[in-house]
Amino acid sequence: MTVVEGRAYPLGLANVDTDQIIGSDWLKTISKVGLGAGAFDALRESGVTVFGDPRWKGAPLLVAGANFGCGSSREHAAWAIADIGIRVVIAPSFSDIFSSNAFKNGILTAFVDEAAIAPLMAVAQNDGAAGTLKADLIEQVIETPDGQRWPFRIDSFRRACLIDGLDEIALTRGEDDAISAHEARVATAEPWLAGAV
Amino acid sequence: MTARTLYEKIWDAHVVSSRDDGTSLIYIDRHLVHEVSSAQAFEGLRKAGLPVRRTDLTLAMPDHNVPTTPRVDASGALIPVEDPASAAQLAALEANVAEFGVPFFTATSPEQGIVHVVGPEQGFTLPGCTLVCGDSHTAAHGALGALAFGIGTTEVEHVLATQTLRMARSKSMEIRVEGRLGHGVSAKDVILAVIARIGVGGGIGHVIEYRGSAFEGMTIEERLTVSNMSIEAGARAGLFAPDETTFAYLKGRPMAPKGEQWERAVAHWRTLRSDDGAVFDKSVVIDAAEIAPSVTWGTNPEQVVAITGAAPKLEDIADEGRRAAVARALDYMGIAPGQAMEEVAVDHVFIGSCTNSRIEDLRAAAKVLEGRHLSERIQSAIVVPGSGLVKLMAEAEGLDRIFLDAGFEWREPGCSACLGMNPDVIPPLGRCASTSNRNFVGRQGPDARTHLMSPAMAAAAGVAGHLADVRDYLGETA
Repeated sequence: MTVVEGRAYPLGLANVDTDQIIGSDWLKTISKVGLGAGAFDALRESGVTVFGDPRWKGAPLLVAGANFGCGSSREHAAWAIADIGIRVVIAPSFSDIFSSNAFKNGILTAFVDEAAIAPLMAVAQNDGAAGTLKADLIEQVIETPDGQRWPFRIDSFRRACLIDGLDEIALTRGEDDAISAHEARVATAEPWLAGAV
Repeated sequence: MTARTLYEKIWDAHVVSSRDDGTSLIYIDRHLVHEVSSAQAFEGLRKAGLPVRRTDLTLAMPDHNVPTTPRVDASGALIPVEDPASAAQLAALEANVAEFGVPFFTATSPEQGIVHVVGPEQGFTLPGCTLVCGDSHTAAHGALGALAFGIGTTEVEHVLATQTLRMARSKSMEIRVEGRLGHGVSAKDVILAVIARIGVGGGIGHVIEYRGSAFEGMTIEERLTVSNMSIEAGARAGLFAPDETTFAYLKGRPMAPKGEQWERAVAHWRTLRSDDGAVFDKSVVIDAAEIAPSVTWGTNPEQVVAITGAAPKLEDIADEGRRAAVARALDYMGIAPGQAMEEVAVDHVFIGSCTNSRIEDLRAAAKVLEGRHLSERIQSAIVVPGSGLVKLMAEAEGLDRIFLDAGFEWREPGCSACLGMNPDVIPPLGRCASTSNRNFVGRQGPDARTHLMSPAMAAAAGVAGHLADVRDYLGETA
């Protein structure tokens, strides 16, 4: 991923918890795909119209309020968001676990200043080309059709992984010697940690 | 050497390697596994042809999906789980732990229970260790001085494969509660007060250390309640420095060190405290005397008020976005702006969850219920011990009789009505006095209304048939 451009769901709400993103019934699946069918059901039922509106169907971006993805650690929330085609979530802050889960599934969580949300929401509510946003991971900015540029924060490891694609487990397995060396140190210094069961 | 916080000490001791980009590979000493967040992780290992690197640091058990009704019939035969999706997920866990050689408590073993109750109870959780689980309430284990946090399924796979996680260091926050807690004020009231103060996003990017005389005086069960809900304030983890209370709790636990190793371990654990002069990125100080028995009125855990208080009035909220959020929460909860909390009628009671299902929680509720009976208004009232061992202990003390005589059901251990994954759900528009940790929209079932509170407060609400002040049900203050 370097650039994602298109429509953006104008959600804007603060403290959207992962129960709202995907309900607990969906947690019984043993697969990662197909969760889009339940995405944001709870919000839709509580009167939030943006997810049922055909104008935003398939939009690759989402503009949210502070503390997006709080609550349960369910990665199903990230899978559900990915399943409906969202690649970028823009918010002033995210829960740490959600942000990590999103990243592991190739979704960019773009941390912007609180002041950016109202103008980005205003753009996202426009119809047609005037309602599109562009997230540029190289420049680290969200661009609007009328030329506003809102910088976002992302840590440099995640940025590099998103740009290059990622096999984090393979990366870590390349450090096997260092992991074994740590285990050997613990076995001597804190042997009670070296085995539990 | 510069002064370090407890978090920095534990972090530094677990760095396997560091990169210039600010991330480190962190060694994970303990990994708890349950059915909901592990199936896709084991599947990933299977596809990659990888084993579980350290089965001896991993412990699995079912908890989220298991029904809390009897698990074996009169002849001792297993009763099948009715919901096919739950049954499939539970079967997947059993097959995965067998295939990968992961130690496992089955749904019928006496040790089975909620992972966050069983970990400390078994001595699996130790001071100074790093502990993870695919569940946000993993923060609970910080009560014993473990750096413990919830992770997603991809991270579960990463830990199973490598026994490490790649992460950036969090900021540190101290929350000090100083002084003596008032009569009838519990650990649950303290953490609700903390969340009310800093907000559900107030801890984002931070690890909290709980300090001050009110926390020092708490038992391990009380600290587990506090640390458990660190995630509800947005924090990555919560920590208590291990002390004599911690050591006394752990001594003799099945998986705790023994003999000469115990002595060495305790000597090391005594060094695990924030140094004098250590600097926290954020500091919050609360006076214990200001904390009252409390309940939530809304749909997130910062929407809290003293039981003697009332729901907010919309005209008092200047910010338009906040006012809309409060109006939406009140509407969902079926509560009028300004309504007094003690006027709110209750029809369900749930005592359990990883926040409040330990023996002390059951004792506190039983103390209120002894010699009393549930109000006729109450349609369901269940007590769900956090583990089989808690259940046995409670039965040995006769607590089950007190609950049954009061009109409660006495159940098998599990997550139960905390998140609506097993048959224990609150019906639409039902209102529950709940000891769990989340009052989110639909959390205990579609359109269910949840008020968070302590076990003693939940018991009092059950007796009264409405939200009630536990102080009216306790004897005079000592």
